[in-house]
Amino acid sequence: MDTTFMTPITPEVIAKHGITPDEFTRIREILGREPNFTELGVFSVMWSEHCSYKNSKLELKKFPTTGSRVLVKAGEENAGVIDIGDGWAIAFKMESHNHPSAVEPFQGAATGVGGIIRDIFTMGARPVFSMNSLRFGDIRGDSAEARTNRRLFAGVVEGISHYGNCIGIPTIGGEVYFDESYAGNPLVNVFCLGVLRHDQIARGGAVGIGNPVFYVGAETGRDGLAGAAFASRELTEESKEDRPAVQVGDPFREKLLLEACLELLASGCVAGIQDMGAAGLTCSTCETASRGGTGVEIDLNLVPKRETGMTPYEILLSESQERMLVIVTKGEEEKVRAIFEKWDLPYAEIGVVNDDGMMRVREGDSVAVEIPARKLADDAPLYSREAAPKSRPEALDLSKYPEADCHAALRTLLAHPSIASKQWVWRQYDHMVRLGATVLPGSDAAVFIVREAGKILAASTDCNAIYCRQDPREGARIAVAEAARNIACTGAIPLALTDNLNFGNPHKPENFLQLREAVEGLAEACRAFDTPVTGGNVSLYNESPAGAIDPTPTVGMVGIVEDARHITTQFFKAAGDAILLVGEPGDELGASHYLLAVHGMKAGPPPRLDYDKELAVQGAVRTLIRAGLVKSAHDCAEGGLAVALAESCLSGETKFGAAVQIPGGAKRADVALFNESQSRIVISVDPGKEAEVLTLLAREGVPAQKIGTVTAGPDLEIQASGRALRWPLAELHESWSGTIPTLMGA
Amino acid sequence: MKFAVLRFPGSNCDQDCVYALNAIAGASADYVWHKDTSLAGFDVVVIPGGFSYGDYLRCGAIARFSPVMQSVREFAASGGPVIGICNGFQILCESGLLPGALVRNRGLHFLCQHVRLRVESNASRFTNAAVPGQTLNIPIAHGEGCYFADEETLRSLQANGQVLLRYCDAQGRPTEAANPNGSRDNIAGIRNEAGNVFGLMPHPERACDPLLGSTDGLAIFHSLMKGWTQPS
Repeated sequence: MDTTFMTPITPEVIAKHGITPDEFTRIREILGREPNFTELGVFSVMWSEHCSYKNSKLELKKFPTTGSRVLVKAGEENAGVIDIGDGWAIAFKMESHNHPSAVEPFQGAATGVGGIIRDIFTMGARPVFSMNSLRFGDIRGDSAEARTNRRLFAGVVEGISHYGNCIGIPTIGGEVYFDESYAGNPLVNVFCLGVLRHDQIARGGAVGIGNPVFYVGAETGRDGLAGAAFASRELTEESKEDRPAVQVGDPFREKLLLEACLELLASGCVAGIQDMGAAGLTCSTCETASRGGTGVEIDLNLVPKRETGMTPYEILLSESQERMLVIVTKGEEEKVRAIFEKWDLPYAEIGVVNDDGMMRVREGDSVAVEIPARKLADDAPLYSREAAPKSRPEALDLSKYPEADCHAALRTLLAHPSIASKQWVWRQYDHMVRLGATVLPGSDAAVFIVREAGKILAASTDCNAIYCRQDPREGARIAVAEAARNIACTGAIPLALTDNLNFGNPHKPENFLQLREAVEGLAEACRAFDTPVTGGNVSLYNESPAGAIDPTPTVGMVGIVEDARHITTQFFKAAGDAILLVGEPGDELGASHYLLAVHGMKAGPPPRLDYDKELAVQGAVRTLIRAGLVKSAHDCAEGGLAVALAESCLSGETKFGAAVQIPGGAKRADVALFNESQSRIVISVDPGKEAEVLTLLAREGVPAQKIGTVTAGPDLEIQASGRALRWPLAELHESWSGTIPTLMGA
Repeated sequence: MKFAVLRFPGSNCDQDCVYALNAIAGASADYVWHKDTSLAGFDVVVIPGGFSYGDYLRCGAIARFSPVMQSVREFAASGGPVIGICNGFQILCESGLLPGALVRNRGLHFLCQHVRLRVESNASRFTNAAVPGQTLNIPIAHGEGCYFADEETLRSLQANGQVLLRYCDAQGRPTEAANPNGSRDNIAGIRNEAGNVFGLMPHPERACDPLLGSTDGLAIFHSLMKGWTQPS
């Protein structure tokens, strides 16, 4: 017996659904009557930040979303689509699963991977690789907090590994940072890319009046309801114990769903398709109707369910995983059934497309929900929140931070969990399935051969949140620049990017200022690098009792390598090769990992990005790579030139030494070694080609010089500011590669 | 010579095997669906990697009951060559076509990495294109690849020359440090007594294209393509 229709709509019930009095007035206007309890639930999820972007949409409009390669724009469908030539295209997107992962790291991360994969194959694309950007609190030490952070880290990595490995989509790269600002509120941003022919782009519109609506995939259960609202307390009391707070992922089911949907789309029977992600059945029905300019009517009695006695409220708001809504061309039902049966998937015909513009949900003969679909899907209120006044980060007073022991400092930096080797992480991911990973994880960007298309892609996720904390606009600009630089180092040309904006509560003016500044910084940089935004995700309310996270606008950029001979990695290749610094030696220590790791401070302004310089450096390195003159290329990022050199020595299968003299007039060796000035790439070249390379760079007007030579080892030697430093490679390797396995108990 | 690559629900290296065989090894391969029961026209059966039926009960435990596996048993009984890679090796052990079992890796983590393998014998249809003692660089990717068998089984595997591949270091020594998953006796691949069924945890299909860092996996596929008769 469903009693939810009778639940009175009191101001408390409305407030518990997160709906403001003004929003409630608007709901009454849309309906021309009072909503019932189920309808209130439907509005509350559709008008949540997660589904409607009501606090961020006005900012997101600032992103450039068009370009000659854009086939489907951001926001039009589940993911943007970019042309990669010869009739082939890619669909890619990044999405967060931060809060579920904080509660239940394994399933939270696993279902995050499942969700982003569905977004991609919903577009008609075969998912070919994934990446992720992860952030946790500090994992060092014996405190309860450190132990919690290690548990979250291990759980998230295992969840990603479980889901990605089973479904057979390689996880080929990403990033992991550790910082106290993420304690209690880890970030799990997952990226997936798929490939398709131009004529295979699938749309999420309910088109064709009279077309049947099919449900396919896992049965609907009560999982995921707690995230949507407070349902557990208001509904049946005994259902509470059955209801896990986080959805449970089933990668095997999703693998079947993926193969069945691609087969279905190829059959030509599909008029529209949409995955059921956040807000499940609710979101997929009203969005498909809204996109199709139609109405959709479904009967909940026909929905496959895994539990009995579910109310319309529960069925509509369930976030059970691995489900899709398919609008089938009338007359093709039998073909569709045959495909679902081949793949042993539960399915049902649950409704029909009609012409009245309504999302109408029946339960047998009674109507549970009747809402104009377009108004529900697209007319959520939009807010421009109050932003705090802008403030500039204080200039860095270096005298407060005396030069540390540089010898120890490099080891400290390499042992910092954010910089240390992440092999412990990525060897748990199957990164080789689909025969594409030609540059393995651990280099600047991952490089992947897409076999079906005969194309080679490079991809990188980036964001330095310390920069963004100190100056969100500059930090966001640098996130884009660094992603493009990583792509350039592999020999690729950047194509487009997706972003995941992780911020604190937007109702706090200082947080909203960070969001606005970061969005404007990203937008500006995307224009500079000609990389339109194909879509992404906004995750606000990332706060723990200790406060908001550092603003983290993560970008995931994709580029294309035009010839397999151009593929370049970051590690040194042969003793005797000349080491060149493309770009200037630099001197900016503000917001650096040196100050963080050695002095324990996030201080000063981030380095300044000059687009012209950056574009010139990236362009020149790409030109050299394409001319076959570069043996390795590695950008300078966290830890500056010294860390970049150490990584080039250590990260290949064969370790090399180097003898380097850092040019420039830095008075302090720490500044010379660890500054994080932008637009710098370390390359190694055949000694016979050194003059040719330098001439070419001079002709391009790019500052560059030889700074040293690759050696057979056994040391990394660097002279800087009148000091001669020498580190045995074995020691550096121990700091860099031993840290995370040791902390995590191998 | 025609290769059948089986597709179970949850197989995920099926496309890779077909690609490596057709596009790189120069063989001819096609898919066989798990609900099919005929292997007519095929000369070799490949059981690829993945997570057949989600591997939820135990790796390979459900796949052994699949309709196609009855045909594979008959195919093997009549002397047809069968190669099981990763999940395929697990399925062969679960089916009783190979002795022993594959259990959780020693470190309890899934491991995806290149490993070195020593070819213990080239007197088989699966390794005749290699040289005994040769080391191959082929990647692994598994959570449950630790080979286990009782003492008696191990002794008979060794006595009959059924161990074809062992994990080894760069110098070809089967050391403890070179054993990625705790397999007994560093075993990476074994054949049955009759010599026509072979299971291995490493993925030869991932080591065929030079762009992926190694072409050593071709030694396995080329051995099968050369054809070889067990000396009586």
